[in-house]
Amino acid sequence: MAEVAAQQPIVVPDPSDTVAARIIRIAGKLPVNLFLAAIGLVWLVPTIGLFLSSLLAPNDFNSKGWWQIISKPSVATWANYSNLWNSTDIPHSLVTTAEIAIGGTVFPILVAALAGYAFAWLEFPGRDWLFVVVIGLLVVPLQMALIPMFSLYNKLGIFDTVISLVLFHTAFGLPFAIFLLRNFFIGIPKDILESARIDGASEVRIFSRLILPLGLPAIASLAIFQFLWTWNDLLVALTFARNTQPVTVAIYTNLRQFGSNIDIIAPASFLSLVIPLAVFFAFQRYFVQGLLAGSVK
Amino acid sequence: MTVGPPAREVPSSDEGGGWRSWGVTAIFLVPAAVFLIVWIVYPTVYTIIRSFFGRDGFNNFVGIDNFKAIFTTSVLTTAIKNNAIWLGVVPALVTAIGLIFAVLTERIRWSVAFKTAVFMPMAISLFATGVIWRLMDQKDPNKGTLNAVIGVVHDAFSPPGPLSNAAPSTPSIVGSPQTGLVLKTPIAPGKVVRLGLTAIPPEDVPSGAKQAVQPPPKPGEIDGVVWRDFKPGGGVPGKVEKGELALPNVTVNLRDSSGKTVQSATTDDKGDFAFKDVKGSGYKVAIGADTFRQPFAGVDWLGSQLITPSIIIAYIWVWAGFAMVVIAAGLAAIPRETLEAARTDGGSEWQVFRRVTVPLLAPVLSVVFITMLINVLKVFDIVLSVAPGSTQTDANVIALAMWRTSFGGVNDFGLGSAIAVFLFVLVIPVLALNVRRFRREV
Repeated sequence: MAEVAAQQPIVVPDPSDTVAARIIRIAGKLPVNLFLAAIGLVWLVPTIGLFLSSLLAPNDFNSKGWWQIISKPSVATWANYSNLWNSTDIPHSLVTTAEIAIGGTVFPILVAALAGYAFAWLEFPGRDWLFVVVIGLLVVPLQMALIPMFSLYNKLGIFDTVISLVLFHTAFGLPFAIFLLRNFFIGIPKDILESARIDGASEVRIFSRLILPLGLPAIASLAIFQFLWTWNDLLVALTFARNTQPVTVAIYTNLRQFGSNIDIIAPASFLSLVIPLAVFFAFQRYFVQGLLAGSVK
Repeated sequence: MTVGPPAREVPSSDEGGGWRSWGVTAIFLVPAAVFLIVWIVYPTVYTIIRSFFGRDGFNNFVGIDNFKAIFTTSVLTTAIKNNAIWLGVVPALVTAIGLIFAVLTERIRWSVAFKTAVFMPMAISLFATGVIWRLMDQKDPNKGTLNAVIGVVHDAFSPPGPLSNAAPSTPSIVGSPQTGLVLKTPIAPGKVVRLGLTAIPPEDVPSGAKQAVQPPPKPGEIDGVVWRDFKPGGGVPGKVEKGELALPNVTVNLRDSSGKTVQSATTDDKGDFAFKDVKGSGYKVAIGADTFRQPFAGVDWLGSQLITPSIIIAYIWVWAGFAMVVIAAGLAAIPRETLEAARTDGGSEWQVFRRVTVPLLAPVLSVVFITMLINVLKVFDIVLSVAPGSTQTDANVIALAMWRTSFGGVNDFGLGSAIAVFLFVLVIPVLALNVRRFRREV
């Protein structure tokens, strides 16, 4: 603090703050600005390239890349999208994806919030030991469950259904969700809970009226994670679904003829990433918070 | 009770009797327990046991044969080798790039826009990312963005020759388009040379080409003609005939007996060139390799050699943003005074970065690094979507091998289980790290 105060007088009559000095200062920052601008461009171009490619008729695509649109915008057409909409099962698969993603977000959060509360504020024997087990489950690769669940789903007759995918995502989303929510709930001031208990509120009531509203920031970031994770999944759906195709699997089946199916692949891929991107831009803050709270998954 | 937070004592609400309190706890815990046991614990045990049985099922105990197969089957050893490359390259590179971006964004005013651009791919599925980069990686420079950019740079430094397709029309010209074409017999002043070329498609003939004309000999000069020694319906090779076009703008070199180029001339629209004031003899006339240089054909990013690096590039495109954001948050937590003090003490920017910033960031950097280790071990979708069917085996990784062995046609649940167990064993050290970190934090 003393240092800051000592520096203050220098600021006012600063003789170096002439126009020339300012130019030198800006010029000194020019390389960094240019470098980062180039990097930023490199990071944006691939996605833009996919979008512009999706606007090219197959013939145009096969003659030249997406950048032909920049010099000749008239080649762009929505025809691929209208074909996609009218004569493929991509729209249906997008609905399937949405069902999986919504179910796969709501269920794990509900279940994890209950468990997270128990781990944070209920007293039961072996609690901390059990929580360590949950953290341990965090790194079990889901490959460990593919073969047994494949057999079990077949036996139960729920193979190739949306619900089977949702349940699988729920289970594998739980360890991270419990971990995150427990750590968040523990930060809720003890006094609030104490006074509610003294007032005679039941644990269920405390959970629904106090914990859930107070835990909303953590729940929001968790929801975004889980939504993106389930929306973007390929592995689980590829294993447990045949006709119940989410959009990733639907695109995958077209991938074999990359060149000739590009009029399906490019627009379908773009549609599949529009919603996650919208979610990302709308809730970026929660996304980053969640990332920082538990970059362990 | 090793990890219990000591300061937090919740009064047990035992008043309604032990059973009621147990019932409440059960309401909160049972749903999670059911999911974790049925979908994670039970399958884990099942898969471990299954890995000791053969393809046919539990009546076919094979001991550790499946695990031996992991290290002896070439498809699987390729997958392990590739995953080793991923492990060696990706976590370090992602952490380094994230650190560089995080430090540099502190110096610009538009850091939010930059971070958003770099972070955005995190929202895109790895599968769609694969599709995006497969488009970028197309081999034809007319279609693939990466090769188009490289092609522009490449052609600026070594432009394609005017005749990228051509071959000598008679055996009197030797050499190849790669090394340049040379007239076999030595030449003295006063002679005329004919350099006939064939195999030139009509669209390659330079515009403005006229009927080829053989120049008359002149004393003290070596004259000659370069032309397309071909006319529809035949013709005599090595002879300039009516209907055969000149090849203008071709650079012709005159080399002395030691092979040194002493003069260069360019053909005119009749295909003619002349070397003036030539003394002595034993000269050779040649068309340099530049004339025949091929245009940039494109790097085969999706071919068997480069497929893994190509997928890694796409993967880094996704995860650099994650590293940057986490490290930037760590950077923001470093007290400004610490850095200022180091600068006032005379440290250069680099020294401050190296001696102060990086050590203070070490915990954050290790979180990013460890997260990436786990992610890389499980890499799957992006390989499936970047690599075309033809090079998927070259690009194979452990998680993909597990899926292909179990569900992708081979359908060997025994070997598939063994690969899954192998993957699990690889992540166990990370599990240990997580548990240790948790114990320290609480």
